[in-house]
Amino acid sequence: MHRIRRLPTGVVWALGTLPLVLLVWDTLVGNLGVDPVRDIEHRLGRTAVYFLLASLCITPILRMARVNLVKFRRPLGLLAASYAGLHLLSWAVLDMGLLWSQMLKDIAKRPYLTIGMGVLVILLVLAATSSNAVIRKLGPVRWRAIHRWVYLAAPLAVFHWLLAYKIWPGKPLAILAAMAVLLAFRLPLLQRHLGWRARSA
Amino acid sequence: MKLSWSDVTPEALFLNRRAFIAGLGVAAAAPALAAAEEPNSFEQITNYNNFYEFGFGKTDPADNAGALTTDPWAVEIGGLVDRPGSYSVADLAPGNAVEERIYRLRCVEAWSMVIPWLGVPLASVLNKVGVQSGAKFVAFETLYRPDEMPEQRRNSMDWPYREGLRLDEAMHPLTILATGLYGKPMPNQNGAPIRLVVPWKYGFKSIKSIVKITLTDRQPVTTWQAMQPREYGFYANVNPTVDHPRWSQATERRIGAGLLGGRQETLMFNGYGDQVAQLYAGMDLARDY
Repeated sequence: MHRIRRLPTGVVWALGTLPLVLLVWDTLVGNLGVDPVRDIEHRLGRTAVYFLLASLCITPILRMARVNLVKFRRPLGLLAASYAGLHLLSWAVLDMGLLWSQMLKDIAKRPYLTIGMGVLVILLVLAATSSNAVIRKLGPVRWRAIHRWVYLAAPLAVFHWLLAYKIWPGKPLAILAAMAVLLAFRLPLLQRHLGWRARSA
Repeated sequence: MKLSWSDVTPEALFLNRRAFIAGLGVAAAAPALAAAEEPNSFEQITNYNNFYEFGFGKTDPADNAGALTTDPWAVEIGGLVDRPGSYSVADLAPGNAVEERIYRLRCVEAWSMVIPWLGVPLASVLNKVGVQSGAKFVAFETLYRPDEMPEQRRNSMDWPYREGLRLDEAMHPLTILATGLYGKPMPNQNGAPIRLVVPWKYGFKSIKSIVKITLTDRQPVTTWQAMQPREYGFYANVNPTVDHPRWSQATERRIGAGLLGGRQETLMFNGYGDQVAQLYAGMDLARDY
């Protein structure tokens, strides 16, 4: 387990581009079935959520399993932001056919699109403030304050996913539940209870 | 002798189609046949389905509907009719009465297809059983058979699926009971052996695998309307000016248009306004959506 730590972060990047490579492959060989537009769009969105979920696991793993994977958190977050960006791009170009007026109206009017855009804006801000230079410039307190927005962005991303359905589908609901558990670990009350946080802090 | 689907020859279908064009006249036939639009392929029509009894994914019906037993099949027709009873598919849609109808299908999820159905006008079935004067609505029910329909084993929806039409909508010449497509018997995932097709309404109105038809004097409660009354109305006419609360209905994506196919404008009554708009004269379709 501890050997994982010694892997270079490039490994995360390499594995992280795999879903994209597979998607491009499936598109080119015609594996996507009757409606490739929908598949491309949905797979990119789902992949973004998976990476968000993975990035939220880093701290609980550190606390519970005492395995320090913190150096992998940045690439995981950047991958999530990248897939979210590609997801938006696929929506705008493939799904909406760049109908700008309808797109803008829909983003303003449809809660699931408004929420989705909000999530993307948060993720892009987090991505833009993730370089060492920016972190140094902001200082740890301000940087942490900004990056706590992921606690809002992650569940909203799944909410955005759920709102696009006519029924309550199992998979996003399960992911939302997992996310709720991961976010609960961030609550000071629970952290004190688990002894992760000094009583005085 | 019972006429099975294998007895229906392509020639017979071809002749029936010609008979339909000649019989109904240009006004009804030309737009109904959607001549300018290429039908979707059999592959597309049978691998992209909403048939929630077999799962919520678009390919779940194709994967799971093989287990459905469609022969023998009985449709129970009752309520305000002169000749209630249990009818076979051949009783309702005898092979020599089946016509081809190429219709646009517009899903409430803002995608669309063009489908060459085979079927009979619902009016011919209703006339056969004799509609009584008090009847104002027609209620339909899908098969409830949990051992063959996996999603019915879960409480995800209030099964069986129910739909309904006003009597004049049901009697309209565009409304058919379909028993096949592309000259073949209806594939299970498309609602075998007999389903409704109402081309000017969102797809969910066109209830599949029907086992019960009831003539009634009261507006029936339909599945989606009961589940989400704000999102799905009883009428559910295709209407680009009345959006689904969560998404726009102004445009649609034609399945099979390709990666860069973009969107096309959704037409009022799915393009069948010339034939059906008079059914709703004086109604506020933003209220009765």
